[in-house]
Amino acid sequence: MVNIIWALMAGIGIVYAMFNGTMDDVNQALFESAEEAVTLSIGLISILVFWLGIMKVAEEAGILSFLAKVFRPVIIKIFPEIPKDHPAMGYILSNITANIFGLGNAATPMGIKAMEQMKELSGTDTASRSMITFLAINTSSLTIIPTTVISIRMQYDSVSPTEIVGTTMIATLISSICALIIDRIFYYRDLRRTKT
Amino acid sequence: MSILTTLSTWLIPCFILIVLFVATWRRVPTYEMFVEGGKDGVKMAFSLLPFLVGMIVAISILRSSGALNAFIELISPFLIFIGVPPEIIPLAMVRPISGTAALGMTTEIIGTHGPDSFIGRLASTMQGSTDTTLYILTIYFGAVGIKKMKYALKVGLLADLVGIIASVIIVTLIFG
Repeated sequence: MVNIIWALMAGIGIVYAMFNGTMDDVNQALFESAEEAVTLSIGLISILVFWLGIMKVAEEAGILSFLAKVFRPVIIKIFPEIPKDHPAMGYILSNITANIFGLGNAATPMGIKAMEQMKELSGTDTASRSMITFLAINTSSLTIIPTTVISIRMQYDSVSPTEIVGTTMIATLISSICALIIDRIFYYRDLRRTKT
Repeated sequence: MSILTTLSTWLIPCFILIVLFVATWRRVPTYEMFVEGGKDGVKMAFSLLPFLVGMIVAISILRSSGALNAFIELISPFLIFIGVPPEIIPLAMVRPISGTAALGMTTEIIGTHGPDSFIGRLASTMQGSTDTTLYILTIYFGAVGIKKMKYALKVGLLADLVGIIASVIIVTLIFG
């Protein structure tokens, strides 16, 4: 899918340039933008190193597990199918906490673990209700601090690189709540279908 | 609305302060752990490099040839009518499909229009508030061998759409 989109974007651009007479611009853009991308990646190192470093300290200090405790009552309500003390619950909580702090790398292994536990509960190769709810939460991305975006804004000399933290939080909150609502709607629709 | 901007500015430094305070209090070797985590950051930045180069070059071909502007002009009357800047459409379309591609596009938009422009802020918010549905679906279901997805993809994509619409509305309200 991505492969097709990527090839199409470059392809359409080159073909369009043939008819539009903008081949010179394309040549220039090719090399300039490649250089720009490299410069940017190097610039990203600073913030990524700093942030992942701080997050590692937070993890060791037990801040993440403390937050997991705080969210527990809410998560139990969201996943009614999973027994309270099942290991799946712990992994789901870790995954959500890691996501909130923009620790994508830490969140993914936890998410896979959570999925494994949920599969043990359901025992089939069909996605269970809890699995889809879990996906819905993950895809709506509960980020509080969008590290990468902030670092890109810094690279381009933004007056206030962090000003988008607030808007991101609100947008995320709305999309997460809607994701849960949409998930519930589909689940009950599915339930009715299988009954009749 | 200035409260929100202040909150955004204060949040990160205060968070760092709390983390360091709690860690020191609990006798965590803070500096060593910081370095440990930082190593992952270096790996991450370098692994992003080829993705960014590929995507930014492809978009810049599309932009410099004039094709992107032609496409945007084509759909802009409708988008302006509903209050969406046309420039954002390619990003909104790619966001659920590929994370690195979207990051490349966000970068390109911020670079072209400036980080403090309306479009730059919108791209930033959009990038942060939705996630790559297809990637998550592939990894999570693939890892545990789920073959029948049922309504998972529909829910994920609808949630993305809500996130994108929410980003447009909120950024318009706050930064106008």
